[in-house]
Amino acid sequence: MRTAKLLASLVVAMGTAGCLSIVEVSVETPIKPKLDASKFARVYVAGFIAGGTEDVDTNLETVRLLRSQLKNKSSLRVIEADVQPLADLAVKAAGLAPGPAAPGTAPAAPGDAPRLAIRDERDMLPYEKIFADKEYWKGVGEEYQGALIVTGSVIFVPYQRSGYVQKEAEVYDSFGRRSVVPVRTYMDRKGFILKPKFLFIDGKTGETLYSETYREEILYNTEQSTPALSSYFELMDRLLPSFLSTLSSQTIKGTRVLLR
Amino acid sequence: MPTLKKVIGWATVGVAISATAAGAGDRKEARNQVEFGIRVASQGLWREATYRWERAVELDPTYAAAYNNLAIAYETVGEFQKAKQAYEKAIELDPKSIYIKQNFDLFKEINDRANRQAPR
Repeated sequence: MRTAKLLASLVVAMGTAGCLSIVEVSVETPIKPKLDASKFARVYVAGFIAGGTEDVDTNLETVRLLRSQLKNKSSLRVIEADVQPLADLAVKAAGLAPGPAAPGTAPAAPGDAPRLAIRDERDMLPYEKIFADKEYWKGVGEEYQGALIVTGSVIFVPYQRSGYVQKEAEVYDSFGRRSVVPVRTYMDRKGFILKPKFLFIDGKTGETLYSETYREEILYNTEQSTPALSSYFELMDRLLPSFLSTLSSQTIKGTRVLLR
Repeated sequence: MPTLKKVIGWATVGVAISATAAGAGDRKEARNQVEFGIRVASQGLWREATYRWERAVELDPTYAAAYNNLAIAYETVGEFQKAKQAYEKAIELDPKSIYIKQNFDLFKEINDRANRQAPR
């Protein structure tokens, strides 16, 4: 008993005398932005070439979302202006022939811009030539005082996958005791894949400064009915921090141990 | 001649004793610098702490704790390359310290993330 008391008082004494050999501290580690956007005062989200389902207007939804995020979380002034008709321009620039309309959509009316079904990256390729057109982007930049231009493509497609999934199931033994065990079950699941490609173009030169491609997917039980727009926002939420870290520095909070 | 040998011998011993005394003095000063650095770092004054720990490793280049603290200080100002070198030195000097390894692992996660962000 006496020994225990002695030890306890020794620990307290060591602590008060600052003799403990470790000190845990909170740290905030800064991560520099991926792109040095210091020479730009404004940013213009010019629009996106959209592909996949027509349940969501991925072009306009992405423009709205990125503009609001950049307004709140970057130091750049966001230009609120109409989006560029990129798909139409790409069709004209690349001399593409109109293809079949996406399933479930009405065929293009005479006089409308030719509508091509973009289902995947391969369909998107011919359209992407527009992003390399420096003169075009320089022209856009001149209109918006040499702003940093954000553009790219967004593919949002329905997706279905069947296979074994691991679930937890309750089981009772002969004594009525309950336990939870992992069970592999064959399931049909459906959801969406979101594949955006973001390009950051210098409005003064028309050159692409940085680009990044993402892929996110979400799957639900076939009985679950989730609107396409909800899935779109859920998937975008996952990649927004990375998108924003292109232009703004981030701080990661954590703890470290200092030693004596 | 034997007298000269004795003189050289005593002189060598004298130099060795004074060098040890200076070494001990440096180590004590290095510990003071580390202690002061911890105090100011706890108040968020990382620049001052960095200076103190840089001084500590100059005085005692075998002081693993000082390198560990210095690495943390470099992390907080975003100097990842310097932080990596300081952690590696700390581990080299004290490979058994779980604290240094833990700090280094946490740093590597952030460093990898930052490196994935290399612009095209």
